[in-house]
Amino acid sequence: MERTEEAQNYSLHTISLLVQNLPGVLHRIAGLFSRRGYNIASLTVGPTERPEYSRMTIVVRLSSMTVDQVVRQVQKLVPVVEVRELKPQDLVERELMLVKIKTPEANHSELRALAETYEASIVDVSPDALIVEATGNAGKLDALEDRLKAYGIQEICRSGRIALERGFKTLAPPNLK
Amino acid sequence: MAKEKMTGAQALLRCLELEAVEYVFGVPGGAILPVYDALFEATHQKGYHLKHVLVRHEQVGAHAAEGYALATGKVGVCFGTSGPGATNLVTGIADAYMDSVPLVAITGNVPKSLIGTDAFQEADITGITMPVTKHNWLVTDVEDLPRIIKEAFYLARTGRPGPVLVDIPKDVQNATFEFEYPETVNIPGYMPAPKEPPRLADAATLIRSATRPVLYLGGGVRSSGSYAEVLAFAELVGAPVVTTVHGKGVFPETHPRCLGMFGMHGSRYANYAVQDSDLIVALGARFDDRVTGKLSAFAPEAKVVHLDVDPAEISKLVTATVPLVGDLKVLLPRLHAEVQRVFEARGRPDLGPWLARVEAWRTKHPLRYAQEPGAPILPQKAIDVLYEKTKGRAIVATGVGEHQMFAAQWYKTDFPRQFITSGGLGTMGFCLPAAIGAQLGKPGELVIGIDGDGSFQMTLQDLATAVELELPIKIFILNNLFLGMVRQWQELFYDNRFSQTPLKDCPDFVKLAEAYGCLGLRARTLEELEPVVDQALAPRGGPVIVDIRVRRQEKVFPMVPAGAPLNDMIGGE
Ligand SMILES: Cc1ncc(C[n+]2csc(CCOP(=O)(O)OP(=O)(O)O)c2C)c(N)n1
Repeated sequence: MERTEEAQNYSLHTISLLVQNLPGVLHRIAGLFSRRGYNIASLTVGPTERPEYSRMTIVVRLSSMTVDQVVRQVQKLVPVVEVRELKPQDLVERELMLVKIKTPEANHSELRALAETYEASIVDVSPDALIVEATGNAGKLDALEDRLKAYGIQEICRSGRIALERGFKTLAPPNLK
Repeated sequence: MAKEKMTGAQALLRCLELEAVEYVFGVPGGAILPVYDALFEATHQKGYHLKHVLVRHEQVGAHAAEGYALATGKVGVCFGTSGPGATNLVTGIADAYMDSVPLVAITGNVPKSLIGTDAFQEADITGITMPVTKHNWLVTDVEDLPRIIKEAFYLARTGRPGPVLVDIPKDVQNATFEFEYPETVNIPGYMPAPKEPPRLADAATLIRSATRPVLYLGGGVRSSGSYAEVLAFAELVGAPVVTTVHGKGVFPETHPRCLGMFGMHGSRYANYAVQDSDLIVALGARFDDRVTGKLSAFAPEAKVVHLDVDPAEISKLVTATVPLVGDLKVLLPRLHAEVQRVFEARGRPDLGPWLARVEAWRTKHPLRYAQEPGAPILPQKAIDVLYEKTKGRAIVATGVGEHQMFAAQWYKTDFPRQFITSGGLGTMGFCLPAAIGAQLGKPGELVIGIDGDGSFQMTLQDLATAVELELPIKIFILNNLFLGMVRQWQELFYDNRFSQTPLKDCPDFVKLAEAYGCLGLRARTLEELEPVVDQALAPRGGPVIVDIRVRRQEKVFPMVPAGAPLNDMIGGE
């Protein structure tokens, strides 16, 4: 018989939730993760096409067996309308990153070129610093971050992952469509 | 329903009436005064049903509401004021959460304008109880109050039952509005239908091909009230039946197939049967560590059919070979029909050899004790006497400790809702409050408590409540002058180092009983035991407290040490 306690193979999983837009809902969900010992890698929340619901995207490092467990535990929370793991092959994911680089003006054109290859843009410039804005999946942003290190990164702010399923599938259960 | 102008406080009471609440257990205070004032007024109206029980501690209020709910199957209700009143409720709420007891807790809070200012007696009770409630609400607009109360009762009693809390600021209680009780509840994500149809045929195939099956019954059978369905199913399958402590009585323990409780203090034969089985059919149970023992060594050859209303329980600890999500009462008859069909088509499996093996275990390792005349009373003997004298028909509430496990082993229950105990949280002090609630819910029944000297001292102030209500409950304290269960662990695993477990200066429980206006009795010797129990059980208009002095260091056996496999028991050979 298989047992959950022996489950291994931890990796990142993207869980998408549709929640009622009520006070305290973030606390409820984050609290469930922390008290059951699931470690959140990133959590984003924002409005949806319907004002009464918000959408959360939570990235957690877990074994696939525990993901099913997490999904079922989260589904039990009353304000959670729907929750699903989005499989990597089925999703479009994006993250936003702002990077402040302290570097002499002489380097700016080089940085501009670098940014361009990553479809990033320079959104603020002062004589000895600039801010790069980039969007993309986490891998791309990691790569860009790596390249920028050489110029002296001062501060980074990343939004955490947002994701939608490809194709016609949606998270909302049929009774809400 | 016609609209009617009233305050939030009046509306709350009206909602409780509409939900057919009989009893509310609580203690008033500043932040819930408007509700209590409305109660004062309402109590003097003709045809008003709701009765308030003034308890002496809010924890007792919550446990009494649990006792009421567990004995009757209805929702228990308790009140507390803000701050300390609300935090005193938390233990009872957490207890209800662990044992899936339907409970609605109502707290007052400081006025909205003071929330978040660390005002006098302010506590963030919705924040505090978030991890131990099914859901909770802070009511910020009186217009929402009827809907929230409706949802609160609905959530508490449906699906996997559990506690909810509604926190109502004082100004919301005072605000006036046009009251209207909603007729329906609409919570978009609550209890979604399972996405796949239940694999009944797969489950039936497993049952047909098993040669060493067991049925494992938990508290979910009690919650769903599917006793008849379970009995019929068990008779169809013919497998031995084991239960958890909350499954006690959902299947008659005197039935020849019933092996009673398994797990840490289950019998050897029940544990051997589970551990050696090739199929476990779990109904309304959650594979708690107190029953599985070491999880990775649990029933190594068993496949698992797991039927539960809560999808999150499926494969949480033990992977279900066939998961069946849904209400037992609906799903079990369908499984029954499917199994019957398979049996008719392919014949029944021959369980003869398996049943013979189980019976051999039962004969070889029965639960037993050796009471010698002239020796101190053994706790097992005391419970045996209670079982005999009450003809096995009493509703039994317990505290937490050795006495609880002795009671679970020796008080055989043939009826559901007969054994009322704190299983999941293991809350000392549960017995007296639970007995109060159970007796109010079941006024005609004999309610006895089996308590420990330690547990009893955690909530004994509410003897006053029992006396005031003239409740004929009988509390039997198995007094070993120890925090016994902890002492047992110290004996077995900490080299007899009795750190802080002797209860040397116990009060004289007979005098204490008398001080509260109860009848107090004591049995010191075996000769005194039966006459004292007879005297205690004689009909009477108020509580009886019986101090039974038992052998100080009797241990509960068999025992599966924490972290050991289920069949690795000590004692009780
Ligand atoms: C509120 C609470 N505090 C502490 C414990 C830990 N604990 C479990 S059993 C026990 C001893 C119980 O003693 P008693 O009620 O006298 O019963 P006995 O075991 O002696 O029968 C203790 C302290 C608990 N379960 N609950």
